[in-house]
Amino acid sequence: MSRPVAVVGTDAVAEAMRQIEPDVVAAYPITPQTAIVETFATMVANGEVKTEMINVESEHSAMSACIGAASGGARVMTCTSSQGLGLMWEMLYIASGLRLPIVMPNVNRALSAPINIHCDHSDSMGARDSGWIQIFSENAQEAYENTIQAARIAEHPDVLLPAMVLLDGFIISHGTERAEFYDDEKVREFVGEYKAPYTLLDSENPITVGSFDGLYGYFFEFKRAQEQAMHNALPVVKEVGEEFGKKFGSNRGYFETYQLEDAEVAFVALGSGAGTTRAAVQQLRKEGVKAGMLKLRLFRPFPEEELVKALSHVPVVAVLDRSLTNSGGPSGPVCLETMSAFYNAESKPTILSYIYGLGGRDFNPQMVKDAAYDLVEGNIPQGTSYLGLKEEDN
Amino acid sequence: MKKWDIKDINKWSWKKHPLGAIIPEAATAANYKTGGWRSMRPVRDEEKCNQCLICFIFCPDTSIIVEDEKVTGFNLHHCKGCGICAHECPRDAIEMVDETEAAKQDKQERGNS
Repeated sequence: MSRPVAVVGTDAVAEAMRQIEPDVVAAYPITPQTAIVETFATMVANGEVKTEMINVESEHSAMSACIGAASGGARVMTCTSSQGLGLMWEMLYIASGLRLPIVMPNVNRALSAPINIHCDHSDSMGARDSGWIQIFSENAQEAYENTIQAARIAEHPDVLLPAMVLLDGFIISHGTERAEFYDDEKVREFVGEYKAPYTLLDSENPITVGSFDGLYGYFFEFKRAQEQAMHNALPVVKEVGEEFGKKFGSNRGYFETYQLEDAEVAFVALGSGAGTTRAAVQQLRKEGVKAGMLKLRLFRPFPEEELVKALSHVPVVAVLDRSLTNSGGPSGPVCLETMSAFYNAESKPTILSYIYGLGGRDFNPQMVKDAAYDLVEGNIPQGTSYLGLKEEDN
Repeated sequence: MKKWDIKDINKWSWKKHPLGAIIPEAATAANYKTGGWRSMRPVRDEEKCNQCLICFIFCPDTSIIVEDEKVTGFNLHHCKGCGICAHECPRDAIEMVDETEAAKQDKQERGNS
């Protein structure tokens, strides 16, 4: 049985956290933190969960406390957003390097300057090389389900890496939607018990965590092993998704394909922008334009091989990015990964970079439609295109 | 985790190292000699010292050697020469001397004996 609810994204994630009931949550209690932690702290205060809640003085300390607790063998979660993720930066690499399966929902919001606070993906995209698994959510339901699955993926013995669950700031985090929550018992059964491979609290078998490696040490070997864990995460994401599907009914895989079979132009999107893109594709199809979409759920590890299989027959692929890499080239991280995935492929589409929605700039189906019409009419843009940007004075 | 045999660790591939750079032993810092950073060395005047052990309490590197509740010397493998012991000593029984000069003298003494 599932419970239909009207819920904002942050409460959907907090509900997943309540059901997972981690041993420890360490979090910074005020902005840029979101209501996820506020709601969860209320649950702790009301005795609905037994989680040890640690309020810390900064996001850097939040991740540090999580690392300490996870090194002690605990199942650990935290949440963050925007500048908060920025302040966690050095600790992100320590969590992944020590192979601690911390789960962290991150509400995607812009990084300053200028101060903005609204939705884009520049926070988590900046952390894409920090050794964290990254799973994107289109809506509150997916944010809820991804949080539950993230625990299983991160803690899998072949993986043991931290995982971020991404949800779009305000659009998902603060928008009320219909969602379905699954039974506590079933979720707990699915998540299971976490048995840490090592713990600082085992005084019979003492260990050293976070030791110095040095110039003549084995840093290179450890990083190679960490990279392997990220490769190993690919089949684990699939397995966990399939098991979740059997138990709860929704198996979302690495990505969703929508109207791709005969598509002449396809959009790659992630996060809430996928909903907008799907609406545009529906309208385009009614108007006789063979458009399609690939909604990416898993960004780290990047499902390169499967993505190439799903898109190689499409003549033109437009990749929608809600952040910049500021690389001076095709300037969206998802576009760069897509291009890179196709580099050695036999058959490859024309791949184009589209940037939209920076700092919460509105993104609507008409923008996608305009881009699609340009592409099917053969007006292929040179370089990066910007949707919704004021290009001319008027 | 059991203590490990690291005799041939230089030959280990990336697949063999323990997860997350964990060392299945505790207190491994004792094996790592860091005294080479030192530019000043503490020297204790046994006449002035009344064995109050304040230096032992303050030393941030546990480099004051104490046997039978008495200071017997300094662990120069780990002493960084910070001078906290000399600063805290209420009887000015510890003097910080130049490490290079002291090392030269050690060498000469070793040569003579």
